[in-house]
Amino acid sequence: MSNNETRWQDLPLGGVIPTPGNAVEYDTGGWRAFRPVINWEKTPTQKACSRCLTCWLYCPESAMLVVEGEFKGVDLDHCKGCGICVQVCPSRCITMFPESQFAAQGEGREGQPAEATR
Amino acid sequence: MNKFMALDGNGAVAEAMRQINPDVVPAYPITPSTAIPQAFAQYMADGVVDTEFVPVESEHSAMSACIGASAAGGRVMTATSANGLALMWEMLYIAASYRLPIVMADVSRALSGPVNIHCDHSDSMGARDTGWIHLFSETAQEAYENTLQAVRIGEHMDVRLPVMVMQDGFITSHTMERVTIYDDASVKTFIGSYTPYYPLLDIDHPVTYGPLDLTDYYFEHKRAQIEGMRNAKHVILDVGAEFGRTFGRTYGLFDTYQMDDADVAIVVMASTAGTARYAMNALRARGVRAGLIKPRVFRPFPAQELCDALRNVKAVAVMDRSVSFGAMNNGGPLWLEMLAAAQLHKLHIPIVDYVYGLGGREIKPSQIENVYQDLATIAETGEFAQPVTYLGVRGEEDHQSAVQGALLAA
Repeated sequence: MSNNETRWQDLPLGGVIPTPGNAVEYDTGGWRAFRPVINWEKTPTQKACSRCLTCWLYCPESAMLVVEGEFKGVDLDHCKGCGICVQVCPSRCITMFPESQFAAQGEGREGQPAEATR
Repeated sequence: MNKFMALDGNGAVAEAMRQINPDVVPAYPITPSTAIPQAFAQYMADGVVDTEFVPVESEHSAMSACIGASAAGGRVMTATSANGLALMWEMLYIAASYRLPIVMADVSRALSGPVNIHCDHSDSMGARDTGWIHLFSETAQEAYENTLQAVRIGEHMDVRLPVMVMQDGFITSHTMERVTIYDDASVKTFIGSYTPYYPLLDIDHPVTYGPLDLTDYYFEHKRAQIEGMRNAKHVILDVGAEFGRTFGRTYGLFDTYQMDDADVAIVVMASTAGTARYAMNALRARGVRAGLIKPRVFRPFPAQELCDALRNVKAVAVMDRSVSFGAMNNGGPLWLEMLAAAQLHKLHIPIVDYVYGLGGREIKPSQIENVYQDLATIAETGEFAQPVTYLGVRGEEDHQSAVQGALLAA
């Protein structure tokens, strides 16, 4: 039960949600078991992200952030870790890491897994 | 101008639907209600209604389509019976929970098995906790008039619940009667236009129906739904009174017959009330002060009002056309509800149950006369042999005498 104090008398009938676009208020990032990490710089073994936005197109949670036309990576407050972005990335530059490897860094920030466990 | 038509119960409901001219009718045929969508499809083919008819592959789909169309903002109707209603089960709850004022004709029929297509009330009685308003009709005329009122009741903003209108399968649905059909314009005025609540098709104001509610707000939504059902009682009375002012026949929560001086009373719904009145007239001629109450509204259950109407009688027999297996004394739902009402409203008289007519088994005036005779004895002695009697079942009398014999021997 949430801390919302809205009484039954004041609810819209039938559980209707009369305002659109409010899914963003509900953080689903905590559901994630694996975190997608984008490789931004080319390495000997992996290509860099080319900003093609294929992942943005396929992400079922709209959790690929594009701000003012620029690709900013994963919205970790809403990414559920499904891994579809990994499958569709033409550059194969996204990798899933167990969420436990980021525990020390806290929730909601994009980053690389801890070196010790990589 | 009103017209008089030779119609059976199904035809009368189809006439009501023609006059209501709903936006969407999804339906799947099942005996004995098939004639309703069949007649309505003919109205569509003839171009006398503007309705979108959705032929579906099952009753589950029929009710699902009703829910979708109603949430979209349409006035929606359908018809079913028995196993068809049973197949709608989960969707019945969802229709009520979403507060969608769908109107459904349920032509009462026994549930299988063994297979039976004839009348009893086990179909709608099983759906008594789904959150629908339940109106029972004795005749084709009542089925027609209840259907018209159901639209107004369900769509009232204090209610916003689906309504099912029952009539007895074959007994009412397939019996030709002289039915008064009110003129289309008056009915149209009475029904009024429909203002949907947060329609999905209002694309400038997008809304969500059926979100995940879980532990957080499900309980509050159920509480609000209860309030809709509580409000339904006064809305049913208001609409029934307005119907009377408009068309001349006033409707309440139940009908009473010769209750003013009655010593004993039968409570029975739908077509059997007619048989009971016939039996009562013979008894009255012999000086038995018999009364009758015919509940029209089963949900919301008019507990206080029924108890008040029975306050001056000495014994009551409830007649149930269904049984609640494993409930107290394996009685019927109307009796169980009546007993609970009597307890709450301090009606301290014997109330016994007669389960009758399962699977369309005929009920004769002589059987109802016997019920009144039993009641006279109960009223005199304050005692009854058994709380629940299964009327007209082969072997039941032998069973009862064996039980009584065993009691005497012990």
